[in-house]
Amino acid sequence: MQAGTSRLNATFAALADPTRRAILARLASGEATVNELADPFAMTQPAISKHLKVLERAGLISRDRDAQRRPSRLEPKRLAEASRWLDRYRKFWEASFARLDTVLEELQPRKARREKPSRR
Amino acid sequence: MSKLTLRTEGDTHVVVTRRFAAPPQAVYRAHTEPELIQKWLLGPEGWTMPVCISEARAGGRIRYEWTNGKGGAFHLTGEYLELEAWRRIVHVERMHLPAPTPNNHVETTFDADGDGTLMTIRMTLPDAQTRAAMLATGMERGMEASYGRLEGMI
Repeated sequence: MQAGTSRLNATFAALADPTRRAILARLASGEATVNELADPFAMTQPAISKHLKVLERAGLISRDRDAQRRPSRLEPKRLAEASRWLDRYRKFWEASFARLDTVLEELQPRKARREKPSRR
Repeated sequence: MSKLTLRTEGDTHVVVTRRFAAPPQAVYRAHTEPELIQKWLLGPEGWTMPVCISEARAGGRIRYEWTNGKGGAFHLTGEYLELEAWRRIVHVERMHLPAPTPNNHVETTFDADGDGTLMTIRMTLPDAQTRAAMLATGMERGMEASYGRLEGMI
């Protein structure tokens, strides 16, 4: 579990940056080289390379080892894994707030409850 | 009932919103009075909060202890920083898993919205890494630990 957790930490840290999220969005429509990414983001190639390194380390993208182009491509599996964890965090709150709805209903003065007889 | 929204903001914030069909006063009470908190802040089925300390004044202590009755347990501690009755709560909290996580600074606001309340929880973590850890594990980790194994899932 520890290994899984630190890997996820790397994933979420990589996702915390808006430029890196934009790069992932771009890669969702197909692989791209550093050159092709630098243009639309109005960033230097070294700056883009730095972001790509973080994304690669987090397992969110992969890059071809051969040749100079080294196009980057999205690794959707890791992204899905991260969103599954977000989903679990969300579920904690959804379950709690659903219960809070009931608590609040009980706190209401009697006449305010009339509208929802089915819940009582 | 309106759904919960959960989003990250900048590098260190997490913002949760939810609408409730009760006035701000009731929602605020449910977030500050121990006997009410114990009824709902429980996450998934099967958990209870046998210990709930909530001293709702600036400097007051917060301590929530959860258990699933099968040996699974974890707790949260914190302090209230500012309270504006029915309207706003600012506090810091940390999970104990059992090592304490870095402080989560939490501002909760209760805005009247028609005959209900729009609640906004704005969390600020010390850095992006901590936020990532919280989103990746958070309360679930304490709960998950008691279910025994996780390997198959990640």
